[in-house]
Amino acid sequence: MLNLRLYMLQRLTALLMAPLVIGHLAVMIYAIQGGLSAAEILSRTQGSVAWFLFYGGFVLAVSIHGAIGVRVVLHEWGGMKGALLDGATWLLGAGLLWLGAHAVWAVTFT
Amino acid sequence: MTASPTLKVTIERGPSGAEVFDVPQYDNQTVLDVVSWVQQNVDPTLSYRFACRVGMCGSCAMMVNGVPRWTCRTHISKVLDGNAVTIGPLRNLPVIKDLAVDMDPFFDKWVAAEGIHHGGLTRDDPIAPVDEGSAEREAANAAIECINCSVCYAACDTVAGNPDYLGPAALQRAWTLLNDAKDEGRQTILDAVSGKGGCHNCHSIGSCTAYCPNELDPLAAIAGLKRETAKSFFKRGR
Ligand code: SF4
Ligand code: SF4
Ligand code: FES
Repeated sequence: MLNLRLYMLQRLTALLMAPLVIGHLAVMIYAIQGGLSAAEILSRTQGSVAWFLFYGGFVLAVSIHGAIGVRVVLHEWGGMKGALLDGATWLLGAGLLWLGAHAVWAVTFT
Repeated sequence: MTASPTLKVTIERGPSGAEVFDVPQYDNQTVLDVVSWVQQNVDPTLSYRFACRVGMCGSCAMMVNGVPRWTCRTHISKVLDGNAVTIGPLRNLPVIKDLAVDMDPFFDKWVAAEGIHHGGLTRDDPIAPVDEGSAEREAANAAIECINCSVCYAACDTVAGNPDYLGPAALQRAWTLLNDAKDEGRQTILDAVSGKGGCHNCHSIGSCTAYCPNELDPLAAIAGLKRETAKSFFKRGR
């Protein structure tokens, strides 16, 4: 149940996620040297526009990528189609975005 | 004279269930020979389809021990499990009766994928030259031996899960025409394979290529369509 547009969206978000995941892991390994506390993390991320864009972009890409992927499973394995399938795709995307955005907001702004 | 060994042949006959037949074994016997023997000697009502018996017409495909095969070119000795074999109607297509399936959905999808010639010339125009050595011609040539047998379509799990999916054979024909110097339907084809049943649904597992009796490679053709549609997406936004 993928047309060209959904296919391209899924590929392009994958392309975006790859460097972001590698960046995330690299920074994690670097930052954890000599121990790490929540306060230390927050001191780095709070108020940082760069980290907001980094993780905000990641969350957006994940929401789109994941929703399209689960859409295929729902259709091919669950037999879901039509408006129900579209609705489920949007709901999943929105749900992932809400969860992720919530977390990003919490560590970069509040 | 020693009695010829006997085969235990299970034939799946749709809603009436499976039936087991004892069939004498011969040298060089094909799966189609076995089915024909049952029809000619035990049950004349057994329905199945064949025409050429030499792997040209593509009408004799069936499931043999759960695997799609061209039955006229498959020796029974190669597929026997002990002395038993199970023969059923082709997967992913509606059964008409016994071993005969309705091929309409398969051919309708050829048309839906624009697997039809898009000519631009009339009989008065000179014949368009074809460069036999060009990369496009080689890509087009790769799949012209397709016999429309639907073995790949039966092997495809994406067809099983997504009834709208055009399937490997139709998409492969679309790819052939896209590379054919005499076909002028480029954008029509790209649009036809970009919809909700289009090439982007393929999971690239390659059952089509693994089972095609003519050793064609629909998987590679579909990968080609994905590449061309992606290029067109960046150029034209669709
Ligand atoms: S590679 Fe694509 S077309 Fe071939 S069997 Fe798999 S899903 Fe079907
Ligand atoms: S691609 Fe191969 S398996 Fe599929 S219809 Fe053509 S000849 Fe048959
Ligand atoms: S009978 Fe023609 S391909 Fe088998």
